[in-house]
Amino acid sequence: MRDIAIVATAQAPSRTATTLTTPELLVPVITDVMARLAPAGVERSDIGFWCHGSCDYLTGQPFSFVAAVDVLGAWPPIIESHVEADGAFALYEAWVKIQTGEVDSAVVFSNGKSTSAPADLVMALQHDPYVEAPLWPTMTATAAMQARACLDAGVVTGAAMADVAVRNRRNAMNNPLALLRGDHTRDELLSSPMIHDPLRSHDCAPITDGANAVVLAAGDLAASWCERPAWIRGIDHRIDTQRMGARDLTVSSSTMIAAERAGVGHGRFDIAELHAPFTHQELLLETALGLDPEVTSINPSGGALCANPQMAAGLARIIEVADRIHDARSDRGLAHATSGPCLQQNLVAVLEGA
Amino acid sequence: MTDDVLRIRQPIGVTYTWSAGPGSAAYLRGLTEGKLIAGRCPTCNQVYFPPRNGICPRDGVLLTDDVEIGQAGTITTFCIVNVPFLGQSIEIPYVAASILLDGADLAVQHLIQGCPVDEVHIGMRVHAVWKPESEWQATLASIAHFEPETDPGTGGSDRIDAKATNRA
Repeated sequence: MRDIAIVATAQAPSRTATTLTTPELLVPVITDVMARLAPAGVERSDIGFWCHGSCDYLTGQPFSFVAAVDVLGAWPPIIESHVEADGAFALYEAWVKIQTGEVDSAVVFSNGKSTSAPADLVMALQHDPYVEAPLWPTMTATAAMQARACLDAGVVTGAAMADVAVRNRRNAMNNPLALLRGDHTRDELLSSPMIHDPLRSHDCAPITDGANAVVLAAGDLAASWCERPAWIRGIDHRIDTQRMGARDLTVSSSTMIAAERAGVGHGRFDIAELHAPFTHQELLLETALGLDPEVTSINPSGGALCANPQMAAGLARIIEVADRIHDARSDRGLAHATSGPCLQQNLVAVLEGA
Repeated sequence: MTDDVLRIRQPIGVTYTWSAGPGSAAYLRGLTEGKLIAGRCPTCNQVYFPPRNGICPRDGVLLTDDVEIGQAGTITTFCIVNVPFLGQSIEIPYVAASILLDGADLAVQHLIQGCPVDEVHIGMRVHAVWKPESEWQATLASIAHFEPETDPGTGGSDRIDAKATNRA
């Protein structure tokens, strides 16, 4: 296996209802991420591969991702790819591409314009088209069913869910890119409006527009492009069945397998960034990953609960960990990204500073 | 067997609020005012009409300058449509052409009318024919079609090399 690291990152501030198009959202983050490497003399022509994560259903335009290639300055022609998924999964594709030896570096970027249409309804279309999708199971409604199952099984409590929101919003007070932040008490949040019983507004991520990008590089190249690269020591992703009724929604089996394969158990983590757009999901992930909040700082950025640009929020988790390794606030961090309803697919990455 | 359910109809729909984006604003506003507004790349100076999200695909930078371009141009290629299809609004045969407008570096597609289809040729000079002002909207359909600038029957004088005006 080749050593591969994240050597630069860039994120756009989260916002709602931007009038920018997908390419216009991406121009500043691609420009910024390349500017980070300018001191090392790196130019766009030095990049071996470009990989994009986004969702045409959110944009409401077939093949909208093709327009994003305009942002890259694809002249002379480049090698590029796209995943109809979160940028974290585009990062996995780029990691594989570098592992094959075909290229030594990659730019991975993602964007989500979740406010073009009711995102809750759009995400109903991710279910199978014959049995589940015709019922219009919205994203929040399916998450509420999962939360109900978890409460009933006793694996979470309403108070613990509120505590997750309290902690994330408090952490987000140090994150200028977040959409929600603030110092709240558990009781205050427990009196917030019920959205889909048992989910209250604090249990649900805000609908967010955003974009981000990272640069990956292998071995010596990474070391020459970045003072302290965030080395990807393990990465894996697993998926549960698409059939909601055939899953135990109170555990995340795919996360557990991905964690084991990524080497999560091989040491303690300073930080963990978990892609949990609903509070109970963060608790499920802590259990599946064996994380102890007393030992590991969980979601120091405020997590997806405070800014959730769909298709970019997973890559954002990896960026938040990489940034803290780059500036030596952390030596070993865990990043998690999810896709599909109720934590159906899960990616786990272990990043280290040495 | 005849009672078996072989198909189901499950109509679902989502309503989107689509934003054209600030990079296309000047172009779209121009079309409501009878003007053709292109975007120029600050790096390579290419002039894009339409301005493609306001981004230069060669350099990956925002087009910073709005430039008004000419309403006449040169046909760079074309096809004659002979096939009827559902929803067709124009009588066949008709010509769809790529037109390099004067001052632009990117050809735009539009209809050619005003001459027999077999007289259309690459290099032919054409100019925009707008719909009545009351029908101008933020769409290229505010231009009804393009038609020959000079009598195509005279030949020769309008047969310029399209590539010569195309800096691409």
